Amino acid sequence: MSAECPECGSKVELPEDAVENEILECALCGVELEVISLSPPTLELAPEEKEDWGE
Amino acid sequence: MTEIQAAVVGGSGYTGGELLRLLLRHPEIELTGIVSRSQAGKAVHRAHPNLRGVTDLKFISPDALSTSDLIFLALPHGTAMSEIDRYLKAADRVIDLSADFRLREPASYPTWYEHEHPRPELLEQFVYGMPELHRAEIKGARWVAVPGCTATAAIIPLKPIIDTFKVKFVVVDAKVGSSAGGTLPGPDSHHPERVGVVRSFKPTGHRHLAEMEQELNPSGEISISFSPHAVELVRGILATCHVFFADSGYSEKEVWQAYLSAYKEEPFVRFVKERTGIYRFPEPKLVAGTNFCDIGFERDEHSGRLVVMCAIDNLMKGAAGQAVQCMNLMFGFDERMGLEAWALHP
Repeated sequence: MSAECPECGSKVELPEDAVENEILECALCGVELEVISLSPPTLELAPEEKEDWGE
Repeated sequence: MTEIQAAVVGGSGYTGGELLRLLLRHPEIELTGIVSRSQAGKAVHRAHPNLRGVTDLKFISPDALSTSDLIFLALPHGTAMSEIDRYLKAADRVIDLSADFRLREPASYPTWYEHEHPRPELLEQFVYGMPELHRAEIKGARWVAVPGCTATAAIIPLKPIIDTFKVKFVVVDAKVGSSAGGTLPGPDSHHPERVGVVRSFKPTGHRHLAEMEQELNPSGEISISFSPHAVELVRGILATCHVFFADSGYSEKEVWQAYLSAYKEEPFVRFVKERTGIYRFPEPKLVAGTNFCDIGFERDEHSGRLVVMCAIDNLMKGAAGQAVQCMNLMFGFDERMGLEAWALHP
C-alpha cells in the first residue's frame, strides 16, 4: 500500500497496519504526513504547530 | 589488508590538521610523513593540540619526505604548482587541496589568480574532486584537485537546479567562518577587529567564482554572481543562493524531484526543509566537524525566485573531508570510511 508524498512527489509505503490520522514521515524529503484515507491511500501534509517567531 | 601509505605536505595549517584528524583514525591509512617547513622536528600536537595523545608523529622537512602511495598537498596557493614535479615523483596518487589545479583552462589563472600557470599541460589531468558531480572520474584518477570551500557550498546545491530548469541568473551570498582564512594572522583577523563582524570582504570577483563558472556555467548562458561575508563563526559556511528563472512557473515538487533524482543516493547530502521547529533550513552549526552538505530551499511566491540554502563545514566538506571522500573513491574504499561523524548538539 503506497501513496504519493504531496511535498516531493515520491512514493511513500504505508505500513500494513496504518490507520487514518496516523502521522508518517516521507523517507526521501523528511516531511511529516498524515494518513487521510486508506482507500484509496491518501496522504496530506501533517498539521503544523503554530509558532510565534517574533513576526 | 595492506594499508595505504599516505603523507600530508603542509600539515601544520588548519586544513592539514583536519586531514590528520581524519587520516589518523582511517582504518586503511598509515601516515608515513607530515611535512611542515615551519614546524619540522616538532610534535604534531604542537600545531594541532586536539591531537595530543593521538599520535607520536613529528613534522618533517620537505627534503625528508619519502615515497608513498598517496600525497595530500595542503599548501598555500601557488606553492603546489611550482613544486608539483617533486610530489608527482614521490607518490603515485596526489590530492591537492589548493586552487592550483582546480581550473581546467590555463587562461583562467591570469584572469582569477593574476599569474600564468607554470604547468598548464597538467591541468586537464587533474580531476575536480567533487564526488557528487565527478564520481566516476575520481575513481579512475591519479591526481585530484579538491574544490574550494565556498565553491562547494554553491555548486552542489545549484547543479541539479541548473541542469533541470532554465535559469537566467544566480546570486550566491555566502557567510564564511574565520578558519577559511588560514592560520596566518593579519590585522583583519586580530581579535578586536574580527570578533562580531559581518564583513563583506570580496563583494565581487572572488576567486571561487571561477570554479562555479567552470562547473555550473560552461556554456556561459547564465549570469552567476557571488558575494562572501566574514561572520562570527570559526567553522562553517552558509551559502544562500537566489535563483531566477526564465519561466517562474515551477513548483516546489519539481524542485524536490530535481534534487532527489540527483542526490537521493549521495552519502553526504542531506535535505533540510522543515515547516516547524528551530532548524527549518540548513545551519553550519549542525554540520560542524562533519562531511555533510545540507541543502534546503523555498520558492518565493512573490518574485518567483528559488532560494536555495547550503551549509557545510569549510574545513570538512569544503576541504579535508571532501579530500578523504575522494581518496576513498580512488582506492576503492567505502566512500564513508573515516568520515562517519555527526555534529554536536546543542
